[in-house]
Amino acid sequence: MHILRADVAIVGAGVVGAAVARELSRYDLKTVLLEREAEAAFGTSKANSGVLHAGFHSTPGSLKASLCVRGNAMFDEIAEELCVPLRRNGILMVARSQEETLVLREHFEQGRQNGVPGLLMLDRDEARALEPGLAPGIVAALYAPTGGVVCPYQLTFALVENAVANGVRFLTESPVTSIHMRNGRVVAVETPGALIEAGYVINAAGLYADDVARMAGDESFEIRPRKGEEYLLDRRVGDIVRSTIFPVPTPVSKGILVIPTADGNIMVGPTAEDTRDRTDLGTTRSGFAAVFAAAQGMVPSVAPRDVIASFAGLRAASSEDDFIIRPSSAARGLIHAAGIESPGLTAAPAIAEMVVEILKGEGLEMQRRQDFNPVRPAPARFAHKSRAEQARLIAADPSFGRVVCRCETVTEAEVVDAIRRGARTVDGVKLRTRAGMGRCQGGFCMPRVMRILARELGISVELVTKRGRNSRIAPYPAKALLLEAASEVVAASEVVARG
Amino acid sequence: MEGERRTWVDVAVIGGGPAGLAAAIAARRRGAGRVVVVERDVRLGGILPQCIHTGFGLKWFGEELSGPEYAKRFIEEAASVGVEPMLETMVLEVSPELKVVAVSPSEGLIVLECGAIVLAMGCRERARGALAIPGTRPAGIFTAGTAQRLVNIEGVVPGRRAVVLGSGDVGLIMARRLTLEGVKVEAVIEIMSYPGGLARNIQQCLRDFGIPLYLGHTVSRIHGLDRLEGVSVAPVDDAQMPISEKEWFIPCDALLLSVGLIPENELSADCGVVLDPATGGPMVTEDMETSISGVFACGNVVHVHDLVDHVTEDGMVAGKAAAARASERMAGRQTSRLLGEVRAGTNVRYVVPQRFVQGARADRLTFSLRPRYPEENVVLKVSAGGRVLRRQKKEKVRPGEMLQIGVDGRLLGAEEDTITVSIERD
Repeated sequence: MHILRADVAIVGAGVVGAAVARELSRYDLKTVLLEREAEAAFGTSKANSGVLHAGFHSTPGSLKASLCVRGNAMFDEIAEELCVPLRRNGILMVARSQEETLVLREHFEQGRQNGVPGLLMLDRDEARALEPGLAPGIVAALYAPTGGVVCPYQLTFALVENAVANGVRFLTESPVTSIHMRNGRVVAVETPGALIEAGYVINAAGLYADDVARMAGDESFEIRPRKGEEYLLDRRVGDIVRSTIFPVPTPVSKGILVIPTADGNIMVGPTAEDTRDRTDLGTTRSGFAAVFAAAQGMVPSVAPRDVIASFAGLRAASSEDDFIIRPSSAARGLIHAAGIESPGLTAAPAIAEMVVEILKGEGLEMQRRQDFNPVRPAPARFAHKSRAEQARLIAADPSFGRVVCRCETVTEAEVVDAIRRGARTVDGVKLRTRAGMGRCQGGFCMPRVMRILARELGISVELVTKRGRNSRIAPYPAKALLLEAASEVVAASEVVARG
Repeated sequence: MEGERRTWVDVAVIGGGPAGLAAAIAARRRGAGRVVVVERDVRLGGILPQCIHTGFGLKWFGEELSGPEYAKRFIEEAASVGVEPMLETMVLEVSPELKVVAVSPSEGLIVLECGAIVLAMGCRERARGALAIPGTRPAGIFTAGTAQRLVNIEGVVPGRRAVVLGSGDVGLIMARRLTLEGVKVEAVIEIMSYPGGLARNIQQCLRDFGIPLYLGHTVSRIHGLDRLEGVSVAPVDDAQMPISEKEWFIPCDALLLSVGLIPENELSADCGVVLDPATGGPMVTEDMETSISGVFACGNVVHVHDLVDHVTEDGMVAGKAAAARASERMAGRQTSRLLGEVRAGTNVRYVVPQRFVQGARADRLTFSLRPRYPEENVVLKVSAGGRVLRRQKKEKVRPGEMLQIGVDGRLLGAEEDTITVSIERD
């Protein structure tokens, strides 16, 4: 077994673990980031709505409230440093009755207490002037100009990439199987391939955070997954709304939203269904119906016929009402960043800061590095360049002239770049480059992406996976099944021959 | 623009499949000087090289060829008449001023200024997203054409046990192809009460191999986390919703989707070409000209054809007309034409062409159409100005089989502005 020595081991490379990793890479520390999946963001983060919340939803005084508002304010700098697209498109929470208008006022007041800047109460005409696509039944709205959208997986990939560039060691396909303790302190975490000796362990394991806590004898909380289904619409529907449209919230969730994503598609969802199964990622007929009924109630032009993709994600909700960000009371050196449901993406950078403060409080010596580089270079996006820039790109690297994904105009150079930045799977290439995200959903580009992955990773095409583990796409070489059948015939005839 | 190559061509054909090859050949034969075929792949032929089964060319050549053989004949002919292929070249933009912007690894950014343009981009397959089948998103779900490419070009097989959803021709062909590759094809599932593909393919690809076809059924749920583990299948009610009490489970590790083809018209739409909502393709005249003068279209980009032979015929018409239009433009002549409308009548889902040039004529007008629903003992009828121009009896019509009917242009009055094509009870 591989033995690694580190100061801090982070369990989980979702947006929270990735933000913590990048924050720690500002210091002169040895940090190891562990991810059970084939790539970062492949758990809850990749199915996130990408909404940058303003902070008026959470109860004043909660971690959710303070970290959301703080995190939101940090995003402009992060997006710029990491070259991740961010749009401050604003949030509009709409009311359809006088009762709902009262709920808006409560949220307006709550937002002011939480320190949310720029909140406005709008009447019917003002709301419709801002968003002409709203349903006629909307009587009032709460507007939060700091609300935004960011691509959740692009953000996570960029955080990890920048952390790695600043010295963090990133290990994929490395689920933690046990935590080693000595005298009530964590001393190491174990994965199937490695033992990572570390005096501090950050539990950012998302849906599995309670399992990780239990490995250190901590049973203080339980993760209770809550499923959300999302439906993505074809880009041809255009900008039917500019802001992210929220209903007034239900007791369990912020409700079903109409989201103009950072990539320019409209997305509708999510549902909110409690589930016991941490692999329950199926969409349902009832979820589909619920999402469109709710979305059309706010924005009538949202239509099921425009769906190009649907997916479900699991929020890592917990037995506690608030985020669980604290040192474990059972195991010294173990720090939880768990139960991170909405507004976790928005709060992630502030959560990372808070984790660093906790580490200092727990006695970890931390020196800021002089050579920390906060900038992660932007991946070239051929489709977004002017014609003159496109010509220059191809002149410098002819593989920019080879279009792999026709719907999103993604070139071979971009796919190769994504692989060099850490993509290992077809989904990883898709999430990084958008190859396969357009209206044909990979029908054209998938075999081409598979071939490039095989070439760049030095493996044969049948070993290429969709998202790691057992998800090989075309698992058998040509004739393999025929040869197998033939060898069965040979074996059977030998039995007959032996009589 | 800096760094780009700007070139004049008489006719630019976009897409090097059967439609584009035919158009380019016809344009050269009609005398067009420089004719280029812009093809995004590394070779010509479009989808044909991966169609290694036979059944191509019965109408055009009077013999049965495989896809690669059919393609080869046209590729060779294109070369012999002096068509210039531009391979690995992706068109990014077509403008109504007849400019084509494209990129390739060897040439960089290319701008073609054209006498005429022929759109021949073909079609793409409907994907899972458009169906919103409930369940998980494991590896092992492919459109039939993608699976065909994996098996026939990339040399990899997508699973051991397969189910095909939809009975379109590509799905039927792949049911047989996978069987020959040692895959157990458990079933073909079709939501309609009649098959989507050609009758000959139902016989040769399913019945001959004992593959069950479930009509009026659908895949109601997809199972499996990393790799597909199986599908739930159920009969559907009148609203095409699965009847859950009658659902059963088929274990499989590959699901092929053959649920429809969509003409690929992003370039056409961006250029401003008017599309027909019924076909998903450009509205065209009988010489395959779109709503933009000088922009022609042919093959599956106009409407989805069953047989490549018809695609070739379309391409020949478009290429010839494009060459004529290009020489007219170069001579500075621009004829203005009055266009009449072709209407889809009773039980006609669509008819192509949708427009015709009005006036006295001596040629033959051929209409391609599909019925809305299957029907027996009917007449195909073409009428104009209250007169029936042509009647043709048909024992059976099905949406899966394209119909054609021709009319002698001399029968059409010079003043007629509407032609109706209908399928009526005999």
